[in-house]
Amino acid sequence: MPGNPFPLDKPDLLKAYRIMRTIREFEERLHVEFAKGDIPGFVHLYAGEEACATGIMMHLTDVDRIASTHRGHGHCIAKGVDVHEMMAEIYGKVTGACRGKGGSMHIADLAKGMMGANGILGAGAPLACGAGLAAKFRGDGGVGVTFFGDGASNQGMVLESMNLAAVWNLPVIFVVENNGYAESTSVEYATAVDSYVDRASGFGLPGVTVDGTDFFAVHEAAGEMIRRAREGGGPALLECRMIRFFGHFEGDAQTYKAAGENELNRRNRDCLKMFAARLREAGVVSAVELEMIDKDVESLIEDAVVSAKAAPLPTAHDLTTDVYVAY
Amino acid sequence: MARKISMKQAINEALDLEMRRDPTVIVMGEDIVGGAGSPGEEDAWGGVLGVTKGLHAKYPGRLLDTPLSESAYIGAAIGAAACGMRPVAELMFLDFMGVCFDQILNQAAKFKYMFGGKARTPVVIRAMVGAGFRAAAQHSQMLTPVFTHVPGLKVICPSNAYDAKGLLIQAIRDDDPVIFCEHKNLYGLETDVPAEAYAIPFGEANVVREGKDVTIVSYGLTVHRAFEAAEKLARDRIEAEIVDLRTLSPIDWDTVIESVENTGRLVVVDEANPRCSIASDVAAYVAEHAFGALKAAPQMVTAPHTPVPFTPVLEDLYVPTADAIAAAVSRIAPRAMAA
Ligand SMILES: Cc1ncc(C[n+]2csc(CCOP(=O)(O)OP(=O)(O)O)c2C)c(N)n1
Repeated sequence: MPGNPFPLDKPDLLKAYRIMRTIREFEERLHVEFAKGDIPGFVHLYAGEEACATGIMMHLTDVDRIASTHRGHGHCIAKGVDVHEMMAEIYGKVTGACRGKGGSMHIADLAKGMMGANGILGAGAPLACGAGLAAKFRGDGGVGVTFFGDGASNQGMVLESMNLAAVWNLPVIFVVENNGYAESTSVEYATAVDSYVDRASGFGLPGVTVDGTDFFAVHEAAGEMIRRAREGGGPALLECRMIRFFGHFEGDAQTYKAAGENELNRRNRDCLKMFAARLREAGVVSAVELEMIDKDVESLIEDAVVSAKAAPLPTAHDLTTDVYVAY
Repeated sequence: MARKISMKQAINEALDLEMRRDPTVIVMGEDIVGGAGSPGEEDAWGGVLGVTKGLHAKYPGRLLDTPLSESAYIGAAIGAAACGMRPVAELMFLDFMGVCFDQILNQAAKFKYMFGGKARTPVVIRAMVGAGFRAAAQHSQMLTPVFTHVPGLKVICPSNAYDAKGLLIQAIRDDDPVIFCEHKNLYGLETDVPAEAYAIPFGEANVVREGKDVTIVSYGLTVHRAFEAAEKLARDRIEAEIVDLRTLSPIDWDTVIESVENTGRLVVVDEANPRCSIASDVAAYVAEHAFGALKAAPQMVTAPHTPVPFTPVLEDLYVPTADAIAAAVSRIAPRAMAA
């Protein structure tokens, strides 16, 4: 057995693979199920971006809080939210993570440090500052991490949050998930600087751009930032360049993309395939070990879909609960 | 020449005709052309639901895709309006007003008054409102009362394609800031619409059904629910008159009062949350100004005082149903009374 050239030991490498594989399977399966027509609402898939959520979340525990986006399934899974509860939520069932009241765009699990997917672009950034502030007051070493797309990075509240985090020296990591598109609009069109790192430095934040399809690159850069933030070193920005395999939302015809773009990305820039190949080539894990995880994950997702479909719906009574006062 | 077109097409046509007529009309918003700078088709989207599709080719340079920066571009539209342009800004979902509310609340709405009547701010902010898309609490709100509360803003919410076209043309020609609310569940609804341009004045409600027993006041999607309710009630020999407000600010009190004076009963139907809503406003106004005509207490049929739920079973209960409207009517106009 050759030595392990990676910065993670074998159980952690397998754990990372399992998380990425779970996100992928969850999303691929949703794509299929959505087409059948029984999933309500808007569904934004994260497939293709798994290395980013996983590389970052491998450094976090339940005391750390994340504020996510409309494309939040991957963040949820990597942060440890129960896959059954997520699936039931997406199907609008009372057994869902938010009892069917939130749906795909609002999945949250506060006990896991997941402060919610968010339908409002950029809104996670101030919330993560709040998480950082709370961690600082408590002195628990926790960090707040906020994710936002290349599009949402242009929201005023994101920029205000960077300034606030810098001024208050908050343990907050700003993660730009740059997949090149905001709905149909390209990042080149909508963002006037080439590098989000330049923008962060304008607010006094250190930043790094990494290939977001490379798990190890994300993992290493995030690790350093998170360690520094925990030790009182303040906020930082991480830009992950990556791709989304599917449309903006399910049902998007994607005519704004170049012909063959998705196929090319799947062939050459699939973060999951690249990660698996590296583990195998280094001889650290065997194909059989990975296949066993694949099988596990497949049956987990199958089970989640079956039980979500079979789960009960909320009742009329639930309409007016969870508000401070019901009328 | 009228033909049947959808509300979505009617809105597109209103923009088209006004852009042709007036070179100061410009349109801006997220993905309203769609595909800007992307490697594929340039005019890929025409807004998330395709309302502005095709206009880019006709008016090159006058449809501006924006970065995701509502404060900046809604504010820029307002600023440009104050400087002689007639911008139509699409806010996509009215829920996103939270991001840019200062520009609407403290800038656009206040200019004319604060500047002693000298300012004109002919901006139109178009946005989708309402539930029914399973889009959950941040993409489904009926925020019409929030804007109606603010002096200085005009608030419009059409219930059909004909009104949408005429009201949008009026909105673009109007010199004041207009919040133009488009119910996403009405986009597909087709009605007879003339091909030429016509403007529907603000502050003129439409009596869409005549009846002598009860007045149902509503606007937007729930006008159609009121219609369904009226058909049911007619089988019980209760004749409901339906007033479609069409514009909430200004609001046509005269038509409402006149109708209640004839029927003696009022039911207000509002998809918005009940407190401080169009429903409570109309009920209070009628109680104050036509108390003597009322044979029973005014009734409000609204969404519950909760955010919009995601799951279809609950969302379907959220928007006032025809049954709920009919039940409210029955409470104050029992069959025996009608006979
Ligand atoms: C304040 C606000 N404005 C607009 C939208 C509509 N919207 C939802 S997702 C999206 C594009 C987001 O692009 P990006 O931030 O790059 O993230 P990605 O979808 O690429 O992950 C838009 C315009 C919204 N949800 N919130």
